Amino acid sequence: MKTPTIKQDMVVMLIFSAVILTMPVWLEPLGASYPDLLQKFAIFGIFAVGYNILFGLTGYLSFGHAAFLGIGSYTAVWSFKLLTMNILPALVFSVLLSGLFALLIGFITLRRSGIYFSILTLAFAQMSYNLAYSVLTPITNGETGLQLARDDARILDRLFSEAGEGLPSTDFFGFSMSGYSGFYICAVLLIIAFFISQRIFHSPFGTKLRAIKSNQTRMKYTGYNTKPYLLTAFVISGMYAGLAGGLMAATDPLAGAERMQWTASGEVVLMTILGGVGTLIGPMLGVGIIKYFENIFSALNEQALHQAYAFMPDWLATVMVTLTSPFVGEGWHLTLGALFVLIVIFLPGGIMEGMNLIKKRFSKKEAEPSPTEKATETGQ
Amino acid sequence: MNNTILEIDNVQKSFGGLKALHDLNLKIEEGKVHAIIGPNGAGKSTMLNVCIGQLAPDSGTVTFNGENMIGKAPHEINQAGISRVFQTPEIFPDLSLLQNVMITAFATREGAFKMNLFRSLSNETEIEDEACQILTEIGLMGKQHSHAGSLSRGDKRRLELAMCLVQHPKLLLLDEPTAGMARHDTNKTIDLLMKIKEGGMTKIIIEHDMHVVFSVADHISVLAQGTIIASGTPDEIKGSPKVQEAYLGGAHL
Repeated sequence: MKTPTIKQDMVVMLIFSAVILTMPVWLEPLGASYPDLLQKFAIFGIFAVGYNILFGLTGYLSFGHAAFLGIGSYTAVWSFKLLTMNILPALVFSVLLSGLFALLIGFITLRRSGIYFSILTLAFAQMSYNLAYSVLTPITNGETGLQLARDDARILDRLFSEAGEGLPSTDFFGFSMSGYSGFYICAVLLIIAFFISQRIFHSPFGTKLRAIKSNQTRMKYTGYNTKPYLLTAFVISGMYAGLAGGLMAATDPLAGAERMQWTASGEVVLMTILGGVGTLIGPMLGVGIIKYFENIFSALNEQALHQAYAFMPDWLATVMVTLTSPFVGEGWHLTLGALFVLIVIFLPGGIMEGMNLIKKRFSKKEAEPSPTEKATETGQ
Repeated sequence: MNNTILEIDNVQKSFGGLKALHDLNLKIEEGKVHAIIGPNGAGKSTMLNVCIGQLAPDSGTVTFNGENMIGKAPHEINQAGISRVFQTPEIFPDLSLLQNVMITAFATREGAFKMNLFRSLSNETEIEDEACQILTEIGLMGKQHSHAGSLSRGDKRRLELAMCLVQHPKLLLLDEPTAGMARHDTNKTIDLLMKIKEGGMTKIIIEHDMHVVFSVADHISVLAQGTIIASGTPDEIKGSPKVQEAYLGGAHL
């Protein structure tokens, strides 16, 4: 388990960028190449990659990262309402404000570790969620959610042009945030986010974070003040979540409190574990699978199943449709749940562990390492 | 007479009704290897725990290099120059041996916190060379890229020693560095301790194996029931009837 050299990292970066930017092409046969879904892949990718910097490197399991997602969204919509429909200031404010909140929440929650830390983060997120519905209604617009209005101030936009008819749409210096151009803007941000995460993973700082996960006691007696390290990781991952939240608002200028609910925090945990905790690519894979299930599998109905089984004799097709129909359509959660259970039991290192196992099987030259080694090797 | 580098003055520590340390006074001279021996439960590990800030004493002071260490956080005490090898090896099992040693080396070079987010670890050749050198000395080179968690117990101990040595501490605390080792490994460790003794690093060594103690120590203190009952050169200790009675029982000699 060597730390990869900069050259190796650059190769990974190039491949990653190519794969992300060509997503509209290779996702076509899977029926997942429409812009809305592609944008979701990229946005949740940013969220999960950032979450992994905290959970994957330090092992601190936060159940409250959706709060930063929500803060990012609200900030972005406010920027659209008050300043301009350009997403640049919106995203900058989203990242900064969620970073600020992460600093505050992290400062308090990081006083504890393990399950107590998880509970504290969960408490903070649920508190934010409930505040957004109640006391903070003037800022969040409560249940309706914060949305654009025709008569919003938009000070910067007004300097250059009169308010047009209807609601304006978000853009990045003329590039629209809807459709494929929206996806490419998100994709470029994802690539930048992934690059930063890769640099952190392979820096002395990232190695120290992994050392904290491995043995925090030793870290302290080695002369490290572990708290600022943890806090930095927490703030960085909070900023990633803020960026993702901001982008959500940029692609669909509406911010609701449900974005902060614990299920949203849980989702990013699932994505990270499914793909492979502490691996660079893993969280991206988790995002792909969960979002694919949520959007494609959920759209399958009995008719689609009948078509899929059309080659079988009628009686067999009917049996197969009856057997598989609970797993598609609204039952997609069942499939995802079963998949999750299987992965956690058989591949605790997530899909990345499975891929490493397959790779080992094919390269016979190396002697069989122990199972624990396999599990942790994915950490590189 | 050498300078005193560590002075434990009148330290008391109780756990409930149990007096673990009772009027403990100890002076460690700079550049010496000072062995602490004593029966199980005499308070040897408690004493080290107080020295590194793991435990706060009920009263008394610990002065290191003229500075009071009581109330300081463990990382501050390490930064002041005290490193410790624990009784059960405390290493980073999920990292490679090389990363284990490099991490500790960074602590000494960069202090308690540094935000070097974007440097690549693979570019830190200077620290890597130093870590490799220590690993070679300690006999673990060749395994530097394997997981520390996959090492044998004896190798984990040696790795932990390497991690402490790379920090060039002013004072190294060794808590039973040969416990559970086979005779062959014990001898290897003695050789290693003798080798690093030449560097002039001050060491406190807690050890049950009298063979090790009398091989490496310049000075021996005997701890029993939380207090020092005898202190002197190895020869003085060997000859002391008080020590024979309390601990050695003559059998080992």
